[in-house]
Amino acid sequence: MSHQISINENVLDLSGSEPRLLGSRCRGCGNHTFPIQSGCVKCSGSDMETVKLGTRGELWAWTVQGFPPKSPPYLGEIDPQKFIPYGVGYVSLPEVKVEARLTESQPSRLVSGMTMVLTLVPLAKDEAGNEIMTFAFAPVGEKE
Amino acid sequence: MNDVAIVGIGMHPFGRHEVLSGMEQGAIAVRRACADAGVAWPDIEFAVGGSRDAGLPDRMVSMLGLTGLQFTNVINGCATGGSALSTACNTIKAGACDLGIALGFDKHARGAFVPSTQQGEGRDWYGASGMSLTTQFFAMKINRYMEQYGISQRSLARVAAKASRNGAKNPMAWRRSEISEAKILESQMLSYPLTQYMFCSPGEGGVALVLCRSDQAHRYTRRPIFLKASVVRSRRFGSFEVLAPSLALEEGNGPTIEASKAAFEEAGVGPQDISVAQLQDTEAGAEIMHMAENGFCADGQQEEMLQRGETEIGGRFPVNTDGGCIANGEPVGASGLRQVYENVLQLRGDAGPRQVPGDPKVAYTHVYGSPGISGITILSR
Repeated sequence: MSHQISINENVLDLSGSEPRLLGSRCRGCGNHTFPIQSGCVKCSGSDMETVKLGTRGELWAWTVQGFPPKSPPYLGEIDPQKFIPYGVGYVSLPEVKVEARLTESQPSRLVSGMTMVLTLVPLAKDEAGNEIMTFAFAPVGEKE
Repeated sequence: MNDVAIVGIGMHPFGRHEVLSGMEQGAIAVRRACADAGVAWPDIEFAVGGSRDAGLPDRMVSMLGLTGLQFTNVINGCATGGSALSTACNTIKAGACDLGIALGFDKHARGAFVPSTQQGEGRDWYGASGMSLTTQFFAMKINRYMEQYGISQRSLARVAAKASRNGAKNPMAWRRSEISEAKILESQMLSYPLTQYMFCSPGEGGVALVLCRSDQAHRYTRRPIFLKASVVRSRRFGSFEVLAPSLALEEGNGPTIEASKAAFEEAGVGPQDISVAQLQDTEAGAEIMHMAENGFCADGQQEEMLQRGETEIGGRFPVNTDGGCIANGEPVGASGLRQVYENVLQLRGDAGPRQVPGDPKVAYTHVYGSPGISGITILSR
């Protein structure tokens, strides 16, 4: 049976009961970054701790990726006949705005301010048959 | 502190040139700039050069002549040309050298840029996941701006159509045929709300500018153009920039706003004094937003300005008179210097069919690049 693995465990933690994004919190000023990093972009401090970021937030900006990205680096479908456009946006979590794929790609169904929740989308299968997953946000109500 | 003058300009046409390397295009631009200034390569005391994909610029000495000059390579994403010029300008201002050259060239693969800066930084997941595309950033920024300030998609098409009209009048431009607003709107939707013909493409080309102490400019030309300001700024906390996996919750000024204020202060002029401007138009929305970020209008005012044709060559405030990045393409090492080349032509009165009427006296350039760099120049006669 295929098993789901994270695109990067230091970015997307799949070890718990639900997926979580990992970021850094500055112990000096409290500012958060995503992904994990060693210095603070706000106060220039370097005393950072790794934290799990919230899983719900508001859509802040968005677009729709209408053509297959170049591969590498892209791991997903690049055949123009099979490629399906996907949404991309910034979701304002309680700690920081995170850029992510969106499960919705119809411009008429995307609007800034709508509530979004963290989910997973498959990118490709590895040699062992595992599904490589990355993070995405779905409009609330769509996933639940 | 010395003032700085531009006394020679040279360019290799932008576009696709199968047989020429990017560096050869840069060398052609250098030879043309030297000829325009009436100097020979051995006269040049120093050079500052930029290229992203076409080799280290200082290797060009093996084409131009091994004269032992000081040669510095710079790279700042799409703002590389602005950084080369600013560095060269400061070298003369400081009194280290009297005569130098700022140059840029490039030759990119077809299609959207694949950022190389993230390789080896543990950020492979970003591109692998289907992000890390500059096109996504520009689309998200203008989409949000349109929602906030009531800019229509028609305005995006107006900007792209203007670029095609101006490019058609420019023998150095890559894309030289006029495209209608309807055709622009009907072209493939690459990244909502931006269609294919609203975007510029990575391309090829080279530009060089000969600079000297302004009190020596009369030795080289009767028509020196003075560099009143050349400023580069990176991003501050809270700004919304390209290729950012996350943004702060707080919102702050981007590098364009900061660089623009500093440039106006350095030049001692204001936005109302500018006769012609070349503003970074990676896509049509960028030109619209950069009009406001550079202080030339309020947010949202662009809709009416574009309806009235105010940014056309014959309008109140001409923008991207050479067709901008949309018609010229973007060889990133050369792009910011192309803007300055165009403004020198405009201020000399040598811009031919795209000459801005009314004897322009002060001109402005703005280049923006990854990961959040802006370079501004203000030129005057």
